[in-house]
Amino acid sequence: MRSPDLLRHAWAVAAKDLLVEFRSRTAILSVAVFVVLVLVVFNSARDPTAVSNVDLAPSILWVTFTFAAILALNRAFQIELENQALEGLLLAPIDRSSIYLGKLIANLVFVATIELIGVPLLALFFNVQVLPFLLPLIAVIALATVGFVAVGTLFSAMTVRTRFAELLLPVLLLPFMIPPLSWAVLATGRLLAGRPLSETLGWLNMLAVYDFVFVVLAVLLFPATVNE
Amino acid sequence: MKMLRVGRWITAIGLVLLAGIYVRALAYTPIEASQGLAQKIFYLHVPAAIWAESAMILVGLASIFYLFTKDPRLDRFAAASAEVGAVFCAVVLTTGPIWGKPIWGTWWTWDARLTFTLFLFLLYVGYLLLRSAVTEPATRARFAAVLGICGMCEVPFIHLSVYMFPTLHPMPIVLQPGRPKLPGSMLETWALSLGVFTLLYVGFVVQRYALSYLREQLEAAGEVGHA
Repeated sequence: MRSPDLLRHAWAVAAKDLLVEFRSRTAILSVAVFVVLVLVVFNSARDPTAVSNVDLAPSILWVTFTFAAILALNRAFQIELENQALEGLLLAPIDRSSIYLGKLIANLVFVATIELIGVPLLALFFNVQVLPFLLPLIAVIALATVGFVAVGTLFSAMTVRTRFAELLLPVLLLPFMIPPLSWAVLATGRLLAGRPLSETLGWLNMLAVYDFVFVVLAVLLFPATVNE
Repeated sequence: MKMLRVGRWITAIGLVLLAGIYVRALAYTPIEASQGLAQKIFYLHVPAAIWAESAMILVGLASIFYLFTKDPRLDRFAAASAEVGAVFCAVVLTTGPIWGKPIWGTWWTWDARLTFTLFLFLLYVGYLLLRSAVTEPATRARFAAVLGICGMCEVPFIHLSVYMFPTLHPMPIVLQPGRPKLPGSMLETWALSLGVFTLLYVGFVVQRYALSYLREQLEAAGEVGHA
C-alpha cells in the first residue's frame, strides 16, 4: 500500500467519525461538561492556603485530561459496534493500518477539543498564568496526548469486544499512560513556574521517543486486533 | 501428565535450594556495614526483580512470535510467564517495603523505581484480566499478544526512569558497567540466589504451561466452561 493512499484512507475514516460526532455532538458536550465538573471538584477539594495554585495546576490539568481522554477513547470503537459497522469498515478495500490511523486522528481531534476547553478553564478557575508559556505548553500537551491516545486507540479496539469494556480500558491503559503523564506533569510544572525552557527539553525528548515507539507499534499491531 | 510432574520436581528442588539460600545468606555471608541485617533481603529482592522484568520481556517475545506463527504453545507460554512474572513482581513489592522501613524509615515512597515496579505489576494484572475477559481462545491469544508486545516495549522506559529521575533507590551494583561493586562472598550468595530464582521461574512456568494445556484439552472436550 502506497503511503499517500494510506493517509487518504485514514483521513476518510477520521472524517466519517468526526462527521458522525459533529452531527450529534452528544459525546463532545458530555465530555466538556465532565471536564468542567472535574475542575470544580478539584477546586472544592483544595486548600489554597497550604499549596499554591501554580504548584497544584499541573496535576489538576493532567488528571482532568486523563479521565476525559479515557471517556473519549471508549467511544471510538463503541460506535462501530452498532449494526456491525466495524465489519463494514473491515470489508472496505483499504489497509487495516489506515483504519487505525483514521481512528487515531479522530481521537486526537476529539481529545484536543477537550484540552482546548480545559486549559482556559484551568487558567480561569485557578488563576494560573498560561499565556506567557502558551507555545511550549501546547507542545507538551500535544506530545503527551499523541502518546497515550495512540496506545488508547489500539487498546479500545480490543476492549470494546470484551466483557466490561468500560472498566477494562482504564485498567489496561493507565499503566501505559503514567510514564508520558508523569513527564508531562513535570514539564508543565516547570513551564507554569516560569523556569527556563531548557529544563523541560529532557521531558519533551522522552515524550517524543515514547510517541514514536508507540505510534509505530500500534500501526503494526492494530491488524492483529481486528483480523478474524 | 509428564510435563506437570517435571514442573513440580523443578519447583520442589528450587524451594529446597531457596531454603539453602536463606541459610547461606543469614549464617555464612558477612553482615553489611551500614545497613546491617536488613541488607540480607537483597539476595531475594534483586533476583526476583530481575525475573519480574525478564518475564515481561519473554511474554513480549513469545507474543511477537505468536502473531507470526499462531502457534498455541507460544500463547500458553506467554500466559504462564505473565502469571509467574506477576508473582515475582509481588515478591519485589513485598520485600522492598520490608527493607525500606528500617533503612528509609518508610514503607513506601513515590520514588521512580518503586512507582514503575508497581506499574509493571499493574501491567501484569491488566494482561491477566484481559485474558480472562475474552472467551474465544484465538481472539484471547491475539489480544493478549498485542498487550504483551506493548508491555515489553514499556519495560525499557520503566528501566531508564531509574537513571532519569532523582531517586532514593540504590543504584544497580551487580548489573552495571565494569566490575560488580560487591565483596566476593556476597556476590556468590547473590549469584546462587539468582540461579535458584531462575529454577523457580522455570518450575512455575512449566507447571502453569502444563495446566493451561490440560485446561484447553478439557475445554475442547466441552467438560468445563471458559476460565
